[in-house]
Amino acid sequence: MALQLRKKTHESVVYIDRDSAPRIIPSGEDFILEDLPIGTRVLYPNPPIKGLPNREAAIRYALNHPLGCDPLFAQLEPGMRVTIAVDDISLPLPPMATPDIRQTILEIVCDMLSGHGVDDVHIIIANSLHRKMTEWEMKRMAGQRIFDEYYPDRYYNHDAEWQDGLIKIGETKHKEPLSLNRRAAESDLLIYVNLNFVPMDGGHKSVAVGLCDYESLRAHHDPQTIRDSDSYMDPARSELNHKVIRLGKIVDEQLNVFHIETAINNRMYKGDMDFLTKNEDDFTAFDRMKFEAMRYTMGKMPRSARRKLLHSRPAQYELIACHAGKTDLVHEKIIAKGFEQYAIPVRGQADILITGIPDISPYNVYSILNPLLVQVMALGYHFNFYRNKPLLKKGGVMIVHHPCFDDFDHQFHPSYIEFFNRLLPETRDAFVLREKYEREFANNPSYVEMYRRGNAYHGAHPFFMWYWGENGRQHVGKVIAAGAETAHVPAILGWERADNLTEAIAMARSYMGNSAEITMLHQPMIGIADME
Amino acid sequence: MPGRLQEESLAGAAFYDLEGTLVSTNLVHTLGFYARRQTTLMQSITKTATTFLSLPVFAVTDQYSRKVFNDLYFQRYKGQSEDRLRYFAHDLFEDVIKPAVFPGTYELIEKSRSLGLRQVVITGALDLSVKPLMEHLGITEFVTNRLEFVNGLATGRLLPPVMAAATKASWIRTYSEREGISLSDSYAYTDSMSDLPMLSVVGHPAVVNPDMRLRQTALHHDWPILDLK
Repeated sequence: MALQLRKKTHESVVYIDRDSAPRIIPSGEDFILEDLPIGTRVLYPNPPIKGLPNREAAIRYALNHPLGCDPLFAQLEPGMRVTIAVDDISLPLPPMATPDIRQTILEIVCDMLSGHGVDDVHIIIANSLHRKMTEWEMKRMAGQRIFDEYYPDRYYNHDAEWQDGLIKIGETKHKEPLSLNRRAAESDLLIYVNLNFVPMDGGHKSVAVGLCDYESLRAHHDPQTIRDSDSYMDPARSELNHKVIRLGKIVDEQLNVFHIETAINNRMYKGDMDFLTKNEDDFTAFDRMKFEAMRYTMGKMPRSARRKLLHSRPAQYELIACHAGKTDLVHEKIIAKGFEQYAIPVRGQADILITGIPDISPYNVYSILNPLLVQVMALGYHFNFYRNKPLLKKGGVMIVHHPCFDDFDHQFHPSYIEFFNRLLPETRDAFVLREKYEREFANNPSYVEMYRRGNAYHGAHPFFMWYWGENGRQHVGKVIAAGAETAHVPAILGWERADNLTEAIAMARSYMGNSAEITMLHQPMIGIADME
Repeated sequence: MPGRLQEESLAGAAFYDLEGTLVSTNLVHTLGFYARRQTTLMQSITKTATTFLSLPVFAVTDQYSRKVFNDLYFQRYKGQSEDRLRYFAHDLFEDVIKPAVFPGTYELIEKSRSLGLRQVVITGALDLSVKPLMEHLGITEFVTNRLEFVNGLATGRLLPPVMAAATKASWIRTYSEREGISLSDSYAYTDSMSDLPMLSVVGHPAVVNPDMRLRQTALHHDWPILDLK
């Protein structure tokens, strides 16, 4: 088995040999260098697909040659009411270098609307229960021209708690209600501008989730739905996706939606940090120098400064596909393109899965990766990056490398603090948490106000983060937090701790046996293990 | 004293400080308003000028002790007629207090009320200035400070209990016991460090538009920090 596994099968799958170089593992705001046991399989992100040479042309072509409906210009009439909804800052990660793809699309679409006499235009960020974007972030995403013309009266965040600003548009036969942003629902045309980052994004989720309220969201953001999604990164096997499609049918019946979806490659870094996604065995002397220079510099900085530095490095993603038209048809093509970029053929499950947790997640942009977010990145995102079957065997050990510091952002994640310190010590059972406490947090007037008037995640959001890890929690036998600075954070999360990776691997082997197959996800990576 | 309510007994309550928390005005705005409305022009000028000159003293004493601040501050009302104070209360509300209500105040109270929480305001401000605002906000339970009047003139002293600091917390405890309110299910909102005891007795404390000291305290205790502006 082991020998067969070690055959070179794909350029993104590398096996550690006797003379292999040590691997770089992100651990929060740090990058550590570790020798891995011989035979360890390391999955790297695929090389980036070449970006489209002229993204403006690609976007215009998509608008003029849509799938399943008339071109955008043919749907416009002077005096009509149009709303443009746009994905929020939770993707891509890290935030991409300007101009953001959404800026390019918005500029093209707004020019087209203006040219056809459509003046009643609002741009709404489909943040759902995510935090509202700040003024600076909105300007960075949409660009100066759009910002100056539309902000604040016609360019704003969705408010899932503003009752007058919501309208119920229907209910599925499974009794799942759907209330949406009133302005979007009552427009003659809703244009959705999407940026697809992982296979869970886009499609009907854009409107039915991005513009809904808490009651609509809780119908499918629940532990059972997540348990029934194998995985939620695989749309065909995702119960979450199936539920969202049901809601999408209501949206299509009630609203006229023109969906614009984009796929990007995975060129996360270039220049001074491009080595982070390379195979260490292929490092040039210059790559090693860059890594040592970065490690030396960051080693001299306090954690908050390191975080600031990492958050100031924009990603270099490029557009690789753009389609527009009817949601289902558009999404199918974009998902296919996404898998072309992300899918890594993998044969055989691992007994031990190692993943470093970098300071990157959809929920801590310009903020802190708090313990709950470490959990969602480990047991949620990293665990679920598979298709067909999990990368880790049932009952296997997951080793998470992160300092597990007890630090929260009071402005962005106030309800997370109470969730972590008050609820998790009582129970980690997602079903109990949902039944007993979710509504209390969702309706807590302080959290509601901080969501509405500030930049806080909704009071119920930490629950969704916990449910997001439900699949992983049910599947893994143990989680070991390697490099954890604190004892209580892993304990509250239900994890064991180890001082370092070597100790963690020894602990994992004591459970799984000395011949345990070890696989490491080489973070930071966006990749889907396409299991045979 | 607290206007009694006709609402049914409920599990929790939301306790609000008023000035600086739900409205941007503070005690000095009220004093300044009345200072400008004395019986003669000369009195108005004199009263306004002395009030203005007292501001640094108020600021310093408020940092030192809310009790000392109250003793000094309410002395400024000495000799003013009750009729006159009550007569201008409506103008005070319309001209000064109503425009100063934070936009988020309405949302916070509405959300809180929709959860079935009893709405209670506990403030060191004077009853005559607070009542119109309470009617405006639809809050029937409130407790304020009250001036002592002798022969229709203010003595510059307050009638007990003086609502400040620990007294507010004590009042909340007594009130909750009497009304069957669960303190662990209750909320408290304030902008002032002097109200720390009030925040400490409820299960869901939150600070609103805090100054640096209170913000640090809130961060230390992981309390929500609201901005209703």
